[in-house]
Amino acid sequence: MKRPFEFIIEKLVLISGLASIIFVVLIFVFLLKEGLSLFGQENLWGFLFGQNWYPISDPPQFGILPLILGSFLVTLGAIIIAVPLGLASAIYVAEVAPSGIRDVLKTGIELLAAIPSIVLGFIGIVTLAPFLKNVFHLSSGLTALAGSIMLAFMAMPTIVSIIEDSIVSVPKSYKEGSLALGATRWQTIYRVILPAASSGILAAIMLGIGRVVGETMAVLMITGNAAVMPTSFLQPVRTLTATVAAEMGEAVAGSGHYYALFAIGIVLFVISFAINLLADWFLHRGKKKRKKR
Amino acid sequence: MRDTKRTEKIAFALLLAATIVVVTPVLIIFVLILFRGLPAITSEFIFAMPREGMRAGGIFPAIVGTIYLTFGTALCSIPLGILAAVYLNEYAQKNWLTRVIELAIINLAGVPSIVYGLFGLSLFVAFLGFGSSLIAGSLTLAIMTLPVIITSTREALSAVPKSFREVSFSLGASRWQTVRYVVLPNAIPGILTGTILGMSRAAGETAPILFTVAAFYLPRLPQSMYDQAMVLPYHIYVLSTQVPNVSVKIQYGTVLVLVLMVFVLNIVASYIRAKFRKKKTW
Repeated sequence: MKRPFEFIIEKLVLISGLASIIFVVLIFVFLLKEGLSLFGQENLWGFLFGQNWYPISDPPQFGILPLILGSFLVTLGAIIIAVPLGLASAIYVAEVAPSGIRDVLKTGIELLAAIPSIVLGFIGIVTLAPFLKNVFHLSSGLTALAGSIMLAFMAMPTIVSIIEDSIVSVPKSYKEGSLALGATRWQTIYRVILPAASSGILAAIMLGIGRVVGETMAVLMITGNAAVMPTSFLQPVRTLTATVAAEMGEAVAGSGHYYALFAIGIVLFVISFAINLLADWFLHRGKKKRKKR
Repeated sequence: MRDTKRTEKIAFALLLAATIVVVTPVLIIFVLILFRGLPAITSEFIFAMPREGMRAGGIFPAIVGTIYLTFGTALCSIPLGILAAVYLNEYAQKNWLTRVIELAIINLAGVPSIVYGLFGLSLFVAFLGFGSSLIAGSLTLAIMTLPVIITSTREALSAVPKSFREVSFSLGASRWQTVRYVVLPNAIPGILTGTILGMSRAAGETAPILFTVAAFYLPRLPQSMYDQAMVLPYHIYVLSTQVPNVSVKIQYGTVLVLVLMVFVLNIVASYIRAKFRKKKTW
């Protein structure tokens, strides 16, 4: 016989366990509740593929294609920078660095993760933007490129730590077998360890992309905020996240503009949902493969 | 043979170069913030209200607002997160429901911070009628930090050896008694580390609080949990993009104060972790 106190506490534990599911559903429901109201005045096609974002002109135009492309451009740039650098540092930290240096490097990368994004945005404005302005002779350094560089560094801790984990979890016997056959350490790394860790590397890239797409404040501060169709990395752009952050303060509750910003929230939610499921699938695939061997 | 050795040397040199490119900016950022920020730190800067449209005076209300908000977040998310982790580690079977909960946690962790802001705005500020307030901001941040707390607490719980539980069960203790008197006490250092890290993340967040609590300029302290408040991250945003002609000194000073608060939390967390590792006897 269970005592009543124990019965109550166990129910409480169960409810807390289910809370995560409840919150995910609540987030989606409340985004839908506000966001779907937009589609009384704008159709889905015009919203996703319209080239003009003029939310407060009369009549307003709610095309988010320039924002989607802005996010895409900044993310692409960030990933091009972050993946090679992140992969290389993860290999260095996991396989090459002597143990004393390894701890210093790991701490450095952890520190990077702890810096709030608003601080990185501020540093970007005062250092990176003037630098890019001088190097490329621009009228302003606040460009897609500045955003990409900043975001590459913000995604770095995620990418490095997940790749490092997956390298470390490659069974030691693989490495020993390869070395015993006369391969050098480098040959072992890129012929044996990296292929064995490939699922983890893919997951790291996916989660890095997720981090970059969702990042808001730093991007808002250093991409220059021009909601136009982007044509180059040296141009100001505006991302989906930055648009919501910049405009929600002025949007009148219940207006088309307000609903449109929530509809952007739905788009962001769906993107991050897909990215995270994909990353999780990669991670699980990696674990399963290893069990089979 | 010589060739492969040379290839290896070149490869390792490149790896080292990439690592330096990744780590050096961190160092530069810290040196910059510390040296530009320190001259601004006076007792007036820390303990006075802002003056002249935030171009002079102190940042006291923003500091207090950040502390209130972080405590509010902790109050909501820590008990819920710990119980959720207890469920997953001590009660849950390995079935589809557990898998769905795990996926939900992964997705909560991946939802962009600005989407939490939208969610907080529609649920807490508008639907529940809290208005832009400390409670709305705390609840929004609490949900955002939940995955961090659940994940780290779960790790701490699963590090407690199975034999501890078996001994407790064999002595006739119930499952909850085992959790309460055996598992949780042994997992506390790990739980603390994780929750403090979660709070340090909450203290630095900007996007979720933009529309749920942050006040542009409010030169007084919040009176109740239904009050708006100034908070440091948003104050940095305001100082660096919204108010013209703010001196660089005040900007860097504010950044330094926020970074210090976040880092004190981080250092406390790693201290607890390091101390616990040494003590661990099983």
